[in-house]
Amino acid sequence: MRPFEFTTPSDAAAAMRAVASDPRARFVAGGTTLIDLMKLEVETPHRLVDINRLGATDRSLTEITALPDGGVRIGALVRNSDLAWNTVIREQYPVLAEAVLAGASGQIRNMATTGGNLMQRTRCYYFRDTAMPCNKREPGTGCSAITGHNRILAVLGTSRQCIATSPGDMPVAMAALDAVVRVRGPQGERTIRLVDFHVTPGSHPDRETVLRHGEMITAVDIPALAFGRRSHYRKVRDRASYAFALASAAVALDVKGGRIMDARVALGGVGTKPWRSRESEQALVGHAVSTALFRAAAEVALKDAVPYSENAFKIELAKRTMVRALSTVASMS
Amino acid sequence: MTPLSRTTRDVLDVVTGRAALRDAVGQPMNRVDGRLKVTGAARYSAEMPVANVHYAVIVQSTVANGRITSIDTATAERLPGVVKVLTHHNTPKLPQQAGASQGGRVLTLLQDDRVLYNGQPIALVIADTLERATDAALRVRATYDRVKPVTDMHDTARVTYAPPGGGRKPDAVIGNLAAGLAMADVTVEHRYTTPIENHNPMEPHSTIAVWEGEKLTVYDATQYVIGDRDTVARTLGVPADNVRLVCHFVGGGFGCKGSVWSHVPLAAMAAREVGKPVKLVLTRRQMYGPVGARPQTEQRILLAARRDGSLTAIRHASISHTSRFEDFLEPAAMQTRMLYASPAIETSHRLVKLDLGTPTYQRAPGEATGTFALESAMDELAVALKMDPLALRLRNYAEKDPSTGQPWSSKALRECYRVASERFGWSKRNATPGAMRDGNVTIGYGMATATYPTYRSKASAVARLAVDGSGVVRALVQTASQDIGTGTYTVMTQIAADALGLPTERVRFELGDSRMPPSPVSGGSMTAASTGSAVDAVCREARRQLVVHGATDDASLVAFLRRQPAGTFSVTMDSAPGAERQQYAMHSFGAVFVEVRVDRDLGEIRVPRIVASYGAGRILNAKTAHSQLVGGVIWGLGMALQEETLVDHATGRYMNADLAEYHVPVNADVGQLDVSFVEETDSHVNPIGVKGIGEIGITGVAGAVANAVYNATGVRVRELPITLDRVMGGSSRA
Repeated sequence: MRPFEFTTPSDAAAAMRAVASDPRARFVAGGTTLIDLMKLEVETPHRLVDINRLGATDRSLTEITALPDGGVRIGALVRNSDLAWNTVIREQYPVLAEAVLAGASGQIRNMATTGGNLMQRTRCYYFRDTAMPCNKREPGTGCSAITGHNRILAVLGTSRQCIATSPGDMPVAMAALDAVVRVRGPQGERTIRLVDFHVTPGSHPDRETVLRHGEMITAVDIPALAFGRRSHYRKVRDRASYAFALASAAVALDVKGGRIMDARVALGGVGTKPWRSRESEQALVGHAVSTALFRAAAEVALKDAVPYSENAFKIELAKRTMVRALSTVASMS
Repeated sequence: MTPLSRTTRDVLDVVTGRAALRDAVGQPMNRVDGRLKVTGAARYSAEMPVANVHYAVIVQSTVANGRITSIDTATAERLPGVVKVLTHHNTPKLPQQAGASQGGRVLTLLQDDRVLYNGQPIALVIADTLERATDAALRVRATYDRVKPVTDMHDTARVTYAPPGGGRKPDAVIGNLAAGLAMADVTVEHRYTTPIENHNPMEPHSTIAVWEGEKLTVYDATQYVIGDRDTVARTLGVPADNVRLVCHFVGGGFGCKGSVWSHVPLAAMAAREVGKPVKLVLTRRQMYGPVGARPQTEQRILLAARRDGSLTAIRHASISHTSRFEDFLEPAAMQTRMLYASPAIETSHRLVKLDLGTPTYQRAPGEATGTFALESAMDELAVALKMDPLALRLRNYAEKDPSTGQPWSSKALRECYRVASERFGWSKRNATPGAMRDGNVTIGYGMATATYPTYRSKASAVARLAVDGSGVVRALVQTASQDIGTGTYTVMTQIAADALGLPTERVRFELGDSRMPPSPVSGGSMTAASTGSAVDAVCREARRQLVVHGATDDASLVAFLRRQPAGTFSVTMDSAPGAERQQYAMHSFGAVFVEVRVDRDLGEIRVPRIVASYGAGRILNAKTAHSQLVGGVIWGLGMALQEETLVDHATGRYMNADLAEYHVPVNADVGQLDVSFVEETDSHVNPIGVKGIGEIGITGVAGAVANAVYNATGVRVRELPITLDRVMGGSSRA
């Protein structure tokens, strides 16, 4: 780890100025990804601006509050543990609570924040080893993973430049829930739909989100979803806990009289970003619930998947995971 | 019981020859160092208080094969706090090594520009703080003349060779294989593979080196205090008497701390160069590469049997990898020479050289990997014969060592099979794969035999008795052994107390200092047998001499001790194995039964239940022994389902060198564990009748899991780890 400057401003304006004025400054909240990557020299910021104190003057950063339309606003500094055990989240959006609890460990969830979780970086082995070529870490050096160990890497949204998986669980559930990311920056505030917040690697795999330098995530809004109670997150991984997803599915179904009126589907562990599949939702809506229907929708969700040398199994696994998650929700009373 | 009456009774025991191993031994006594450990007061090697200590950080190569063409240390040297940057240009030349001793390693100590494996130490930065040394180390830049490495053992162009050197012969032939095959009704032959596996102790390798003139003190995390001292002295070219090696606690060894790796002499060299004490602790990433891991194996097994299940021929050929510069063997086929009766048994071991660091011993080296293959093959034979897997093993029960014809010193395996199968409910097993179901899950039962040899080496110990300020007789017993977390402090206290006839609270046992009488490496599950026999012998001898001197009760004992110089009576003794090792075959055995639940669609494998029973001679402490076996079984579970070190074959770099990506079981992976010992008395194996329990727990587990997965799914996975993609099919992994 290299020496760096560490500041703890107590108001948001000062924090944003501190980052905006220095291209190598970074916000830090829980630190569960950034500090890890700094130890590996993958991230080498000159200055860390700790935003944890901002919550003392701006409670909205640390609270989960009801919105007038029936949705909820989750402050950027809300810890994963607090989010997962929040009564409203558990009752109205079980898919989100389940996704958060499926991630990391109890200790890490106590530190990790909602905003930071959206900024979590890939677990690609090659990204994390500075001795290896990696287009994401050092643009133009090449992708070692395409011909190397890629069992855990993506099959959706990949490019010739990068096949790194988006590692998170929470963002997958948020993608399914039509979440909106609220950010504040030198040019003021703006909102970004979560599905637009992360970008696929294309020819610029170093760019992972549309967030501009100096912009700070302040909250994530989850709109009201009448059938949110009928939602579920299913994660498949190499051990029972504390492992990243090989495949996961965040789903919600509105079923009336055995017929699907509305649906939400997002996949994790298989995409280069949290993978919302509107096409599979369209394949579901209007049809009677059946395993065959779910399988057909899963085929649609994975139709553009591209396998690499070690991860072809993920395509079938993701389909089955999605079918399982949909079946679970369909069987809810 | 009052001390007086007890001493009197013990004297009678000595006279009648019924002494020793009476009261404390066998009890589930709490660890004598438990309080120190849970309060953080136990000092591990890197925590030893040393004034003015400086910090060394290793710079590692980023290529696996070639030569260093330039190494730029100027930026690092200019940073504040940096005292020295050692490279092959300025590191003093060490005496030429006359080849590594047994268990020793060819070390890479900045002596030349050659790079033999990725992650090799190429420079050492010493600074006044760890942060400064770490920062500086990242700024050392090297260029290389690189040669493409070969790191894939399954490379088609590989060259295999028989491991040279002494010890057990790589090849052995019993009987006539062709004749055995001719007698057979059924044969099965398959190839099994196991990957590189890293040890991942909680405590990383760590060393502090302190020079005072010509005298060197090394605080090191080691499984072998005496061997570590000798290797450091020999490597540096200083007399062994000038080196003191201290290690009070080890945060897990599992074999990786049984050998001295490069960082230990490097710390001493650095301390000598900068004239200050130097601390060198490996990072978690550095625990992959510059120190050894279990090598990968490729094992081909042929089993032939008559219709009734009796084996007529066994062939087990194992290939494992080693480095370019050493011949380290994972002896995976050794247990096949003795586990089942067969008129013909052929075993062989071959090595393949790769551009990786030298592999090393890992918990049950040989038996852990070998029983996976052999016990899987036995299950495949049972399927081919349509025979119960347990019945097949009983049919081929070896009543004597099939290789040597020697009788067993003891063998309670039949009882282990009986106890474990009954506790498990093996009779409820449906042999048809996939027949046992629960919703989306299919249930499978599998079993395997566990085994590990009983080793013993010469050890010595000293016992000192004195009267404390309150007029109470207390004993101090010492030997340069190690407690690698197994409970050595505790069981030696129990042995000494019983042999001396004192309550355990009046006995203090110390280890971990090369100034103490020598003990062997804490490896091969032999500390209890070796060091325990020495502690027992010296304490019994001390008591015998006290009786001769008329110290037959507390009053006469106190009076005698007060007459001694400095008020201390002291006895030192050796204890070594004898002719019994040529007369008997000595092994522990056990039986492992596993239930798995496999999701039919998703391939997820869960293990709700493992039942295992072991015959391992005398159990010195029912509590620490149980913990040892539980730990071993869980290790076996990780080996079965999760553990795999990934090497990038283009570069020879370790890709999953952290505990997030290298998976070992978490609590959620571990279901009910029912581990028990069957009663086993062994009067031949060693004076205290113990067989060692550190390693047998891991053996057999991976095979039992693989067999249970087959029973659940009908899918036979012959490659470890058994991950869900391998169960689902469609995996393209090698």
